[in-house]
Amino acid sequence: MSNRLQTFKADWYEASARERIAGLLDAEGFIEFLGPEQRAMSPHLAQFDLTGAFDDGIVVGRGRLDGQQVLLAAQEGRFLGGAFGEVHGAKLVGLLRAARDSAGPDGPRAVLLLLDTGGVRLQEANAGELAISEIIHAIIEVRSAGIPVLALVGGRAGAFGGGGIITACCSRIIASEHARVSVSGPEVIETNKGVEEFDSRDRALVWRVCGARTRYLTGGVDRYVKGSIQNFREAAIALIAHTPAFELATLKAEQRRLSERLQRFGDCRDAPEIWRKAGLPEPERIAEITDDAFLAIPRIKGADHDAR
Amino acid sequence: MEQFQVHGAAKRRASGHRRQVITGANASGNLEVLVERVLPDLECQVEVATAVTGFRPIWEAVIKEFFERTSPGGLRFSINDGGARPDTVTLRLMQSVQLMEDKA
Amino acid sequence: MTLDDVVTSLFPSGHQVERGPSGTLHGTAKVEGHGKVTVVGIVGGTPLGIDAAILLAEHVLAAVEAGDRAPIVFLVDTSSQNMARRDELLGLNEYLAHLAKSLALAAAHGHRSVSLLFGQAAAGAFIGAALSSQSLVALPGAAPSVMDLPSISRVTKLPLEQLERLAKSTPIFAPGVRPLFAVGAVTETWAADQPFAPRLADLLRQPVATSDLRDQIGLERKGRRLAQTIAARVAAEAVAHA
Repeated sequence: MSNRLQTFKADWYEASARERIAGLLDAEGFIEFLGPEQRAMSPHLAQFDLTGAFDDGIVVGRGRLDGQQVLLAAQEGRFLGGAFGEVHGAKLVGLLRAARDSAGPDGPRAVLLLLDTGGVRLQEANAGELAISEIIHAIIEVRSAGIPVLALVGGRAGAFGGGGIITACCSRIIASEHARVSVSGPEVIETNKGVEEFDSRDRALVWRVCGARTRYLTGGVDRYVKGSIQNFREAAIALIAHTPAFELATLKAEQRRLSERLQRFGDCRDAPEIWRKAGLPEPERIAEITDDAFLAIPRIKGADHDAR
Repeated sequence: MEQFQVHGAAKRRASGHRRQVITGANASGNLEVLVERVLPDLECQVEVATAVTGFRPIWEAVIKEFFERTSPGGLRFSINDGGARPDTVTLRLMQSVQLMEDKA
Repeated sequence: MTLDDVVTSLFPSGHQVERGPSGTLHGTAKVEGHGKVTVVGIVGGTPLGIDAAILLAEHVLAAVEAGDRAPIVFLVDTSSQNMARRDELLGLNEYLAHLAKSLALAAAHGHRSVSLLFGQAAAGAFIGAALSSQSLVALPGAAPSVMDLPSISRVTKLPLEQLERLAKSTPIFAPGVRPLFAVGAVTETWAADQPFAPRLADLLRQPVATSDLRDQIGLERKGRRLAQTIAARVAAEAVAHA
């Protein structure tokens, strides 16, 4: 079917949440839970003169990845910046609880989170924030039940705020060059601390500080992919095979790697300083080179880890 | 905020067997369209939710022309509008019918 | 309340809690009926950054390693996550997540955890320090939030007066203990007129649910009327389509 081929090759960044799902999973049989026809929408937007989305900006359901059953959630980054509201967040919480409760030989092989979010939806700030905490709790329950949770990041909203924290609670993280993974947005840092601290209009700076290349080289994400949906699919299939268990040994290893990173690079204020200290080639050019050239660069010692 | 419906009579049933399609997104300059095959064969309807008030006559004109062009009998279209221009609305509606009729 | 007031009221039988770097606290204390508890904290209104987060996580993991299942008491008087280029560059999201994961691991290992908020906690610090324990108690002076109203006004371009007006009829976005209690984020509120030690002993005695009940609580308190229902509907459909 021509439609399928198009989504297969298509760019993750340009695709909608549903197009990403169609290209990521095996051809047939994605079953959506609480789909748009059920109109589970936000009741909080009308008072702000905002129209909603029939699925409140997140698609959740079940499908197959390379023949294996997976549960999946995909945020629509174009709707209110993919931000977490009451219903949006609750859909993801429900999906994760379903994974936890069906763990076992007949249960899902993994949960895939296609994150594309600016964080909490301010019009529903308290519900969004609490949903994020519930999601973190639920991800840990799923992982503790032996099911890996993968984060896939590459859309226009990135994974900001609570979305950045959720990302780092997952077993594995896949990101493309477009991705930014961070807590405070650059504009918020600039507003609070001044343009010297962060010039939010300096796009190159934003990507050096928050972007996937920096994250990948420092061990902040586990796989850096080129931007097609097919690239994400291949990475997800590969990574599911081997993921860290959620246990004391893993967190102790994470404690060590995060402490080391802080010790070695804690006085750096920009990515090229880190690359220089780490002895990477041509530190000033790392942001500009092609994906192929980038993937040939060795990661910093400790970046290739099982400690998440 | 405005919410309204535009009803139409269609000359024929929209072809194909798909029961439901959703396309677009409620983002600036864009719109989300949910199509459901739930009406009698020769009826069609568009429900609009929009935060941009005062353009109902234009919506009605665009929708009536769309009904004329495509005759989407049996289909109910539900729109969450993000401030799309009329030509974008037409494009999305046309796309959504094509998807419903399995021609995309 | 000052930190000293809080600590004295919580641990009248004594404590060995000391200040550490980056606004952190660490030590142990005695709680009637529970023996020794581990105490950690982020205090002095210090933003929660990578330096504090990694230190706090270290203390929590050490408690888990000790294997004594002693409760963990987390004192919180912070602000927001540290807004600094350097912290973001080094992956603040990972450090905050690591702290949240460490507390979750502690809970799974039988360490009852409670955050006691007596100052601010906003956004990422709210998630990492206040919401990552099994219970969140608001003490006098607690000022939890996602974002202050003037900032929400600036980001959403909605007039502040409109936000203030809306905040009167819904707890879904405004800062403060009352709305955050209503939605299920704050477990309990303690007033200054009663000593904290017996209340803490009581709280630690209560059996803690194995699953996260905050959406259920939000429904009961009518602050979040949809979350629990929506989550349950999704989970039910997942079973139906198994």
